[in-house]
Amino acid sequence: MKLIDWLTKDAPLATRGEITSKLGFLLTMLLAIVWLIPFVWMVVATLRPASDGINAMAELMPSLKPTLDNIKDAWEIGDFPRYTLNTTIICAGILLVQFVTITLAGFAFARLDFAGKSVIFYLFLLQLMLVPVLLIVPNLSLVARLGLYDTLAGVMMPFFASAFGTFLMRQAFEAIPTELEDAALIDGASLLQRIRHIYVPLSMPSFSAFAIISVTSHWNDFLWPLMVINSPDKRPLTVGLSVFTKTAEGTQAWGTIAAGTLMVIAPLLVTFLIFQKRFISSFVTSGIK
Amino acid sequence: MSLAGPAALPVATSAAPRLDLPKRLFTRFRASLPAYLLLLPSLVFLALFTYGAMGRVLIDALYQRATPKAPVRFVGLDNISAVLADPAFTGAVVNNLIYAVGTAIPSIGLALLFALTLSRTHAVSSALRAALFLPVLIPMVAASALFMFIFLPNVGLLDYYIGRLMPVLPNWLGDPDIALYAIMIITIWKNAGYYMLFFLAGLQAVPEDVMEAAHLDGAGPYQRLRHIILPELKPTFLFVIVIAILNAVTQVDHVFVMTQGGPSNSTNLVLFYIYQQAVEHYDVGKASAATLLTLAALMGLTALSFRTMANREGGP
Repeated sequence: MKLIDWLTKDAPLATRGEITSKLGFLLTMLLAIVWLIPFVWMVVATLRPASDGINAMAELMPSLKPTLDNIKDAWEIGDFPRYTLNTTIICAGILLVQFVTITLAGFAFARLDFAGKSVIFYLFLLQLMLVPVLLIVPNLSLVARLGLYDTLAGVMMPFFASAFGTFLMRQAFEAIPTELEDAALIDGASLLQRIRHIYVPLSMPSFSAFAIISVTSHWNDFLWPLMVINSPDKRPLTVGLSVFTKTAEGTQAWGTIAAGTLMVIAPLLVTFLIFQKRFISSFVTSGIK
Repeated sequence: MSLAGPAALPVATSAAPRLDLPKRLFTRFRASLPAYLLLLPSLVFLALFTYGAMGRVLIDALYQRATPKAPVRFVGLDNISAVLADPAFTGAVVNNLIYAVGTAIPSIGLALLFALTLSRTHAVSSALRAALFLPVLIPMVAASALFMFIFLPNVGLLDYYIGRLMPVLPNWLGDPDIALYAIMIITIWKNAGYYMLFFLAGLQAVPEDVMEAAHLDGAGPYQRLRHIILPELKPTFLFVIVIAILNAVTQVDHVFVMTQGGPSNSTNLVLFYIYQQAVEHYDVGKASAATLLTLAALMGLTALSFRTMANREGGP
C-alpha cells in the first residue's frame, strides 16, 4: 500500500484518497506481469537444459543448471545468420529507396506550386486508405512478370513509395523557414542542392521517426515474403522462423524454438529499450497517418 | 498556394496572360515540370503496386481459367457469385466478424484501462508502459511460436499452471469451438499496448482545469470518466476502432503459422482464404473476387470514418 501511496503522491489532492484509481493501478500492474510471461518463459526455456525433461518445460522458475545448448542448436539447425542478413538487406534496401522517394515528393508538396497538385495529393492519400497486404495477389503476378519472383528485390519493390513518409516529410519541410532557402537561391544553389543541404539536414527527427516505423514493420512482414520467396537461402527472419518452428515442433524441441524466437526478436527489443521514447512517439505518428 | 516557392518562379509566368491558350498551358506545364520530376519516382511505384494492382484485381475478378494452363476467358460476375456461394468464404467472413469484434472490444477496453492508470509519468508507470508495449514490436510469427507452446496440450504453459484447476483440460488449438478464441487472445495481447499509446496521447487533451472543477464539485471517479474523459476521447475511440478493424483483417499471420485455418475451418479468416485460393488452388479469379469484396468493405469503412471525423470537426 505504501508503494501505491508513493505513486499517487503527485495526484490532485481531491483524488488522493480515492480507492478506484489505486485498484485500477494494481490491476494494470498485474496485467503487465501477465503480459510479460511469454517473454519470461522464452528466456527461461532458452536457458533450460534438455535433461530437465518435457514436463518441466513450462516451469517459469529458471533452471539451476543454465545452458547455452539451445541457442547453439537453433543457430545450427535454423539458418539464422543467413535469415538475419536477408531481413537486414530487405529493410535497408526499402528504407534507402524510400528516403529518396519521400524526400523528393515531400518537397514537391511542401514548397512547389504545380498544375494538378490537389489531384496528385489525393492519389497519394488513397494509398493510406488501401491496405497493401490485401493486394498480395495482383502484386505477386506483377512481381513474377517483372522477373523478380524469388528475389529480395521483389520483396522490397511494392514498398518503395510511401504516402505516409511523403506526408511526414511534407510536414517537416513546411516548418522550415523559406528565408534559409532564399539565401541559398541567391548563392546560386540548384533545386537538388537546396534539398540536400538545407531541407534534409534540418529534418533529421522526421527521418528517424520514419525509419523506426519502416524498419519495424518490414522486419515483421511475413505474408508478402512468404509468397514471393521460394528458395530457402533467400528467406527473411519471419519466414525462416516459421519454417524452423514447424520442424522443431515435430521433435518437441521447445527450448530450441524459444532460442530461435529470442534470436529473431532480440535486435528489435534491444533497440527499443535503448530508444524507448523515440519508438513510442514514432508509433503514435504512424497511427495518425 | 499563391505563395509559390522559389523554384516555381521562372520568368515565363509573368508573361503568361498575353499568350494564347496552348502556349499558356505549355508554360504552366513547364513551370510545373520540376515538381513532376520530383514526384515521378513515387508515382511510378504507386502506379505499379497500388493503382495498377487495384485495376488488376478488378480485371482478374472478371476472368477465369478452367485449368492452370488453359487460356483465360471472360466470365463476368461469375467469380464473385462463386465466392459468395462458397461456404468456405462465408464461413471465413463470419469467423472474421467474430474475430474483429472479439479482438477490438477487449483490446480497446484494456488499452483504455492501461492509459487511464498510467497517464502520470514516473519510473514505475514508464516501466509498465514499456512492458505492455513489448508485444507490439515483435513479429506476429514470433508471438505465434511462443503461444504455440503456451497453448500446447498437457505440458504447455497454460495447462501447466491453470489447467490444474480444471477437471478436463481443453485442447486450445485443436478444438474447433475454442481455437478461434485462442487465436484472439494472441491478438489482444499483441495490440492492447499499441492502442494504449493513442489513448495516452488523447488523454493529454483533457483540460486540467475542467478536471479540477469536477473534483471541487465532488464528482467521483466514475462520473469524471463518464462525463469528462470519455467525451474528450471520442475522436481517439473512432480512430482506434478503425485501426482495430483493419488489423483484424490484415494482421492474421498467426493463422498461417499456428492453425492453417483449421481445425475444420474454425479459424479460417478472409485473408487466409484469399491466400489459399491464389497459392494452393491457383484460382486467381476467385482470389481476386474475394480481394475485391474485402477491399470494397474496408474502403467503405474508412470512407465512413473519414466522413464522421470531418462532420465532427466541421459541424456543430
